[in-house]
Amino acid sequence: MTITSLLATPSELTDSSSSKSAIVLMTRIRLARNLAGKSFPGWAREPQRAEILEACREALMATAPMKRGASAAVSELTDLEKQMLVERHLISRELSGSAAGSGVVINKDQTVSVMINEEDHLRIQVLRAGFQLKKAWSVINALDSELEDRLDYAFSPQLGYLTACPTNLGTGLRASAMMHLPALVIAGQMEKVVRAVNQLGMVVRGLFGEGSDASGSIFQISNQTTLGESEEAIIKRLGSVLESIIEHELNARAKLMETDSAKLFDKIGRAYGILQNCHQLTSTEAMNLLSLLRLGIDLMVFPEDSRAIIDRLFIEAQPGHIQRTAKHDLESNQRDILRAERLRTEFATFAKPNFTINGQN
Amino acid sequence: MASPLKCDLCTNPATVHLTQIVNNKVHKVDLCESCAQAKGVTDPSGFSLADLLLKASLNPEIPASAVRCEQCGFTQGDFKKHGRFGCPQCYSTFSSIVEPMLDNMHKGTAHTGKVPEKALERKTLHDRLGELELNLEDAVKTERYEDAARYRDEITQLKQTVEQPKRAR
Repeated sequence: MTITSLLATPSELTDSSSSKSAIVLMTRIRLARNLAGKSFPGWAREPQRAEILEACREALMATAPMKRGASAAVSELTDLEKQMLVERHLISRELSGSAAGSGVVINKDQTVSVMINEEDHLRIQVLRAGFQLKKAWSVINALDSELEDRLDYAFSPQLGYLTACPTNLGTGLRASAMMHLPALVIAGQMEKVVRAVNQLGMVVRGLFGEGSDASGSIFQISNQTTLGESEEAIIKRLGSVLESIIEHELNARAKLMETDSAKLFDKIGRAYGILQNCHQLTSTEAMNLLSLLRLGIDLMVFPEDSRAIIDRLFIEAQPGHIQRTAKHDLESNQRDILRAERLRTEFATFAKPNFTINGQN
Repeated sequence: MASPLKCDLCTNPATVHLTQIVNNKVHKVDLCESCAQAKGVTDPSGFSLADLLLKASLNPEIPASAVRCEQCGFTQGDFKKHGRFGCPQCYSTFSSIVEPMLDNMHKGTAHTGKVPEKALERKTLHDRLGELELNLEDAVKTERYEDAARYRDEITQLKQTVEQPKRAR
């Protein structure tokens, strides 16, 4: 399978059947691994990077989960393919801009992707739609064990898995959840949540990782520390933090409905109106409007089964995915026109809002 | 009047002061405006202090070129510049700068998680094989033929053990 054909098929996050979670859109776990006796990617010379890429690629393609997957060196990918892979969270922005000798291996259903020669020799990651930390861990743990049978990992009994950056030492594990927290944003409580989460040793970031904004009220919450705690303990701790954030978001929603449902319904209703009638829409604006509709679904303004459409559009309204449907290169304002057209078509047949829930409005 | 704080990453006066609490420990970082911007500090939800803490915790008094990693040629100065190490061996070479850093950075300083059992087992066998080959060479040189025969048998046996898992795959 090639990356081109892989990108033509729905991913875990765009597949309508896999979207069922109200607040956690996606769970992701990654493991950082390196080969013993080899320079880390940022320090290795080009021939060594090439040698590592081939060794890792061969070992990966022989494992059960990756057998029918796709693999490519970053240099073989077009700019559009790289962008689409970033938008599907299958590669990082860093990998897409990396030097010769980097690559990626992705499994058939796009739930497992392994970046080679990113910051570490291997960045193994498992993606799951919804809140599935334990499932993601069991999948990634099995793949890691299978790989370890074929590759000699750099490991120290005292410091654990040795990584290019000391912030990833130990388990090399970063577990994260992408959370949709519109009520906490509207209620102006996100800053408080970020502070509390930081105090618990977790990090809050925007949708696409470090340095990115949080358009669409989507935040990525992950563990900060990787050494001194077992993988299961890290996952358990993150899980309980996530549950507590879910509770806070639900409380904020209930409070907004109780005190200011007209304001909330107005926002949702306007978003619906814009999405049905827009002719020019930036990706940030699209994210924010889709976010309000998703909130509407959770508040039963729209039917539950339409959540999958929104989650698919969160990915498909991104610049790379919009560009793919055009025959020639588009300027950003041309993309905004095409995006508006795509969304107008989707929302022409979308369910009508029902604002008379629980006797309110 | 007290002199203004200097940026932790360069020598300009610091105008951005950050505090983050990780594991009940307070970490402070002072940055100048351009370093703050380069690090994305303008978006408080979008960046991690970990990288900054890591650089700030390096002792600037130690001459940067004093130690060099034998495996990859990496120096402490390189670490200060990149915030990343050159190779796994660097963790032994620079243990004196790694250890104090870990306390602030992680929940503990000792690994308690998963262990790559098969890779470690393979490494132990390979190390033992290397040792036996040296012993054999030495025994032959010094004409201790009985010892040499013993080493040779042990090497043959060990090689079979090492190769077995490959055949099973």
